[in-house]
Amino acid sequence: MISRIDTHPTHEYKGYKLRAGKLQPFGATLVPDGVNFSVFSMHATSCTLLLFNKGANEPLIEIPFLDQFRIGNVYAMTVFDLPYENIDYGFRFDGPWEPENGHRFDNTKILSDPYAKVISGRDVWGRTPDWDKPYPYRSRLVIDDFDWEDDRPVEIPIEDLVIYEMHVRGFTKHESSGVHVRGTFDGLREKIPYLVSLGVNCVELMPVYEFDEFEHSKRSPDSDELLMNYWGYSTVGFFAPKAGYAATGKFGMQVDELKNLIKELHANKIEVMLDVVFNHTAEGNERGPYISFRGIDNKTYYILTPEGYYYNFSGTGNTLNCNNPIVRGLVLDCLRYWASEYHVDGFRFDLASILGRDQFGAPLSNPPLLEQLAYDPILAKCKLIAEAWDAGGLYQVGSFPAYGRWAEWNGKYRDSIRRFIKGDKDLVGDMAQRIMGSPDLYATRGPTASINFACCHDGFTLMDLVSYNEKHNWNNGENNNDGANDNHSWNCGWEGETDNPDINALRFRQIRNVASILMTSQGIPMILMGDEVGHTQLGNNNMYCHDTETNWFDWRLTEKNADLLRFFQHIIAFRRAHPVLRNRYHLSQSDYIGSGYPDISWHGTQAWNPDWSANSTALAFMLCGKHARGGQAQDDYIYVAMNTYHDALWFNIPQLPAGMQWHMSVNTSMPSPQDIWALGDEPVLGEQQNILLGNHSVVILVGR
Amino acid sequence: MAFESTLEMSNGVAKITLSGELDAGSAPQFKSTVEEAAGQGAKRIALIVPDLEYISSAGLRVLVFARQKMGKGIDIYLIGAQDQILDPIKQSGLLHSLYTAETYDASTIETV
Repeated sequence: MISRIDTHPTHEYKGYKLRAGKLQPFGATLVPDGVNFSVFSMHATSCTLLLFNKGANEPLIEIPFLDQFRIGNVYAMTVFDLPYENIDYGFRFDGPWEPENGHRFDNTKILSDPYAKVISGRDVWGRTPDWDKPYPYRSRLVIDDFDWEDDRPVEIPIEDLVIYEMHVRGFTKHESSGVHVRGTFDGLREKIPYLVSLGVNCVELMPVYEFDEFEHSKRSPDSDELLMNYWGYSTVGFFAPKAGYAATGKFGMQVDELKNLIKELHANKIEVMLDVVFNHTAEGNERGPYISFRGIDNKTYYILTPEGYYYNFSGTGNTLNCNNPIVRGLVLDCLRYWASEYHVDGFRFDLASILGRDQFGAPLSNPPLLEQLAYDPILAKCKLIAEAWDAGGLYQVGSFPAYGRWAEWNGKYRDSIRRFIKGDKDLVGDMAQRIMGSPDLYATRGPTASINFACCHDGFTLMDLVSYNEKHNWNNGENNNDGANDNHSWNCGWEGETDNPDINALRFRQIRNVASILMTSQGIPMILMGDEVGHTQLGNNNMYCHDTETNWFDWRLTEKNADLLRFFQHIIAFRRAHPVLRNRYHLSQSDYIGSGYPDISWHGTQAWNPDWSANSTALAFMLCGKHARGGQAQDDYIYVAMNTYHDALWFNIPQLPAGMQWHMSVNTSMPSPQDIWALGDEPVLGEQQNILLGNHSVVILVGR
Repeated sequence: MAFESTLEMSNGVAKITLSGELDAGSAPQFKSTVEEAAGQGAKRIALIVPDLEYISSAGLRVLVFARQKMGKGIDIYLIGAQDQILDPIKQSGLLHSLYTAETYDASTIETV
């Protein structure tokens, strides 16, 4: 057979064989006998490809893109016979230095490929970099030959998810984790049995895109601790997994290791959601480094002021120009890549409201990027979740442009449940909305638009929420000025850790109260890694910079607080066993199937007579099992009573249909193991008409 | 220690013995040996590696190549791997594609 004529070199430059490249896909792609490089710049005047031996400071060769290798604004070239496994590559761009017009071209800078699938330079977490390296974040080639066998995204219906927000390194870095290589994708893989036993079916990974943990690193003024970019909300490469999270990062095998983790999570019916940060990059403002976009086409990639400075809607120095068509294409390509190559099940978008701003920063009523993601065929089954606000003051909880697809982190659920459990006044009506999946916010979108949570990485842990009235962020080196001030927390009588048994009992009860309400609310529950074992950050509500034991999951807590862990395991199992808790559509508060009971009914200390007044601290609701999933599923009846008063209260229980009895499932005022009963083991309630709820407690009954 | 690879056919099993450091420089030699084994119609491949001291990403890639070159019907055994060899294989997910054993047991492996 005659070989294809379009795979032969047509040009030569200093011994390297070349031909005009394929314009798409962007980035570096392995092609027969060579590598195709394609990169966009609208305002550059020329572009040069640099090839390096792995890790070398000096390039092997600088190959200019010939004029005939550029079509439109895309430079594309195929280089033949490259030892691609041992090559780093980068670009040098020429163009105007006119900051006032948005152009910051500098041909002394070596720039990483925006589409680099692997980035080297921070291969081992915490290894001090060579600050003088001329090309610190180095693009590398990847071979997509992972053996997925029959794996594909799990596609669990969103209403059935129980999300576990976690930090890859923090999950197993603690010595007590006992895994083979701590703080890695592989360490997380070893702990999958724990996630299975907890009962969560979706892990939301805080950023795993390549970032630089040394960005803005400094010594703490109060200790010798090196403060780092631990969370990773500052992207260096959108297509590259964090090498420092891989035990095999030193081999450049982070792609395979992450894929292996995802494959094994999928085998255990656990979805993987990535926390993605498209609102800004690690290049910062005009004083920041050149990594990629700034030197390739600053004016295209960033939102700039009329004077050419960076708008800072992200609070981190710059704002990616997400609704520029070029940047939209980058974001879409990126998400498609993770969905197709890594079988990722969904995405949570950090400060997603920025994605709805136009090229001048103004909010759009119909943001093309959000619409495009919602209707994309490859992302069609992916969960799309917005953090529906930004640092520029745009707050869109309840109004984020959804296109029938987008869900939101429900910040109002967080605030309401925090205030409710500590007994704030005038909250019962609001809490009823949150429990129903926030129909006041998501009337047409249904409860699945609401990601319900009490705590996330940003803010107090659940243990700290009930142990501190104020934030204690002094260790962050910002004079305690960072982090939120409106935490709606309550220390239960003492600020911080205490030996007082009554206070500690109340705190653990409050944690159980939160878990009980969260798991019986319509919508999608999310819990923060470590909350199930009482993890404390010692009152710090902004732990972005601490790579320390205070931030890591302490596995000894699984034994010390085994009772709490047991409670979480059972309450999650309870939710997953009862479809009446997981409706796709809003409850109607009416009986539309003739069961004699509304789908949800509201009660107080008196059955059928809730006290909606401002001073009310008692609320109860009953879910009719015959209405589960719009009447399509049969379930038990469920009654949940909540007493946020500082004293015990009697609750009158609504009567069940003839022949059915109430069974005790949860009573958070009881000591373990009577605080929660395993499915099927719930004892019949001796007194079927009334029940006494201890102060600050929740009871869940099952009627069958 | 310099890398060496040898191939020996035994009852349809290609016994490939590797020693030394399998890195980017030596990976092509290993790859050639795998191709030679495929050319001789191996029904199984046994990689005898107790003396293999180091494996780089390029070496790991040849294992992927071997898996794909031989096809799903042909088992690949990894015999006597030290931890520093086995760990990256496990962490990168390649272990799914291989069988491991501490010693070469002809009664098991050569039952093709």
